[in-house]
Amino acid sequence: MNVRPGRIAVHIALILYTILALGPIVLILINAFKTRRAIFADPLGLPNGQTFTSIGFDRVFANADFGLYFFNSLTVTIVSLVLIVLIGAMAAWALTEYKFPGNTLIGLYLAIGIMVPIRLGSVSILRMMVELNLVNTLTALILVYVAQGLPLAILILGEFIQQIPKDLRDAARCDGVSEYRIFFSIILPLISPAIATVAVFTMVPVWNDLWFPLILAPGDGKQTITLGVQQFIGQYVTDWNAVLASLTLAIAPVLVLYLIFSRYLVRGLTAGAVK
Amino acid sequence: MMADVSLQGVAKSFGATEILRDINLAVKDGEFVVFVGPSGCGKSTLLRIIAGLENVSAGEIRIGDKRVNELPPADRKIAMVFQSYALYPHMNVYKNMAFGLKFAKTNKAEVDRRVRQAAEILKLTPLLDRKPRELSGGQRQRVAIGRAIVRNPSVFLFDEPLSNLDAALRVNTRLEIAKLHRDLAATMIYVTHDQVEAMTLASKIVVMNHGRIEQVGAPLELYRAPRNLFVAGFIGSPRMNFIKGQVLRVEGNIATIGFAGTEAPLAVRPASLKPGDAVTVGIRPEHMEEGGDDAASLRGTIDAVEQLGESSYVYMRLASGDDVIVRAPGETDAAPGGSYTAHVPRKALHVFDAEGVSVIAGRG
Repeated sequence: MNVRPGRIAVHIALILYTILALGPIVLILINAFKTRRAIFADPLGLPNGQTFTSIGFDRVFANADFGLYFFNSLTVTIVSLVLIVLIGAMAAWALTEYKFPGNTLIGLYLAIGIMVPIRLGSVSILRMMVELNLVNTLTALILVYVAQGLPLAILILGEFIQQIPKDLRDAARCDGVSEYRIFFSIILPLISPAIATVAVFTMVPVWNDLWFPLILAPGDGKQTITLGVQQFIGQYVTDWNAVLASLTLAIAPVLVLYLIFSRYLVRGLTAGAVK
Repeated sequence: MMADVSLQGVAKSFGATEILRDINLAVKDGEFVVFVGPSGCGKSTLLRIIAGLENVSAGEIRIGDKRVNELPPADRKIAMVFQSYALYPHMNVYKNMAFGLKFAKTNKAEVDRRVRQAAEILKLTPLLDRKPRELSGGQRQRVAIGRAIVRNPSVFLFDEPLSNLDAALRVNTRLEIAKLHRDLAATMIYVTHDQVEAMTLASKIVVMNHGRIEQVGAPLELYRAPRNLFVAGFIGSPRMNFIKGQVLRVEGNIATIGFAGTEAPLAVRPASLKPGDAVTVGIRPEHMEEGGDDAASLRGTIDAVEQLGESSYVYMRLASGDDVIVRAPGETDAAPGGSYTAHVPRKALHVFDAEGVSVIAGRG
C-alpha cells in the first residue's frame, strides 16, 4: 500500500492530540480505583490486586448530598439544553426565513455574543440576580446558560435551515400547513443532526462549569456536581480518593450523551461545512 | 366549480429590478396553459404569484370569481408541483400525500380514500410505505403530482416538473400529465423552458421574454404565425433561419423583398413597409426543400451535415454570409465542403420589420 508522508504526519498529529485529550480522563479513571498511597507512589500505574480499592466511591455515596448535586447538575443541563435548542431553532428559523426590518442587526448582535465571553459580565449578572431575588436558585444558572448558549446555537441552526430547500416550505404552504406546523413538522426533523451538534456544544460547558455555580448558587442544596466535588478538596487535607471518584461519576453522563449524539455530530459538522 | 384564472396588469419588481411588467392573461376553466420562455424571463415568478408564494407589486389576480391577491396559497384552491419535487424527506409516500389534508380538517377515512385513489391513478400503491430517498426520479415526480391531486384543487400549477428527469422518462411523464389533464379536466398552468413540452402539452401557449408576454396562442398558431422575431426563433426546433433582407419595391399590398441574392413578392400588411426598409426574412429548416434550382432558391457551401436517419440537417453558408440550416432527406448526398441548393416556398416565408414585428398579411 502506498501511503503519502503527508497522511502519516496528519495521523501522528491526530494521535498525539488524542493522547493529550484523553490522558487526564484516563488518569482520573485509573487513579479513582487506587489506594491513596498507590496514587502518589505510581500515578500512571493501573490498579492491581494490592492497590485496588473502591473507598473513594464508598465515601462519595455515603455523602447524602452527592445525589442532590448530581440531580442539580442534570436539571440545569437538561433544562438549559431544551431551552437553547427550542428557542435557538425558532430564532434561527425566524432570522433566515422571514425578512423584517432589523433582521441583519439582530443577527450581528447575536454574533457578538459568540465573540464576547459571558463571564466578562459576571459582576453585572450577579447584581441582576440579586435584584431579581434569584441568587441561590437553579433558575439563575439556567438563565445564564441559555444566554450563553443561544448565539452559537442560532448561528449553527440558521446555517442548516438555510440549506433546507425553499421549495419544501413553499410546498407546505401550498398544502395549507401553518407556519408553526412547518417549523415543528418539517424544519425540526430535518435539522436533527444540527440539533445534536448544538446539544453537544452547549451541554459539555454547562455540565462542566464551575464559575457560575460558584458565584450564583453556592448555597446548600443548590450546588452542582462540579461545586460538590470541591468539598473533598480541603485547605490542608484533600481526600483524593473521593475527588477522583466523584469526577469519574461526573464524567459518566456527559460521556454517555456524547456517544449518543456523536453519530449525528460528525454528520452535522461535515454537512454544515460543505455547501 | 369554475376555475378561470385571470391576471390584470400584474407587475412585480424586486427593488429596482422589474421582473414582470403589465401581464394581462385570461386562462379559461379546464385549459392547459404553458408559460414558456428562456430562463430569467419571469415565467416561474408569474406562477409563484398565481400560487400566492409571491406578492405582486401591482395588478389583480382572480381565480374563479374571486380576487385572490390577499389570500394565502392554501385558500386559493391551487396545488403546485415543484421542479425539485419538494417531497418531505422524513415522511413516507402515504404521509407525504396526506400531510396537507391532515390540517385541512378532512376526516381520516376521507384522507385515506383520497390518498389511495391518487396512488391508484399514479400507480403508486405498492410504494406507499417507501421514503422519498428510496424512489427513482420518475416515482418521486409521481408522488409530487399525487400530493397535488389529493388536494382536489381547481387549478394545478406545475413548475418545470420534468427538467430533473432523463430524456426517456420525460417523454413518458409528459404523456401521463397530458392524460391526467384529460381525466381530471382541471385547469392546469405549466411552466417550462422547453418548447417541445410546450407544443405537446398546451392547449394555449404563453411565450414570455424579459418579463413580458410576447404572444399567446394555440401551439400551431404560434408555429404558423409568430407575431415577432422572438417567438419565431423560440418556437420550432431547430430554430427558424433568419436572413437579412431589404424591401425593393412596394405595389399596393405586395412588397418585393430581396434577400440572399433572390427576391420574392409577398402580401404584407398595408403600409407596413416602404422601399429601402431593412427587414429580416425567416424560413424554417423543415420548410425548405433540397434541390430545385430556380429563382426562389438559396445557394451556398456546406459547413456540416448532421444525419439523424429519417432526415438530415445541412448547415450551409450563403454567398451573402448568412448561415442557414436546411432539413434534407435522410439519404441526402450533401457532404461538407460541397455546394448546395435549397428551394424556398414563398408561402413559408416570414418577414419581420426593423422592430422585429411580423408584417406578412393575415399573421400577427
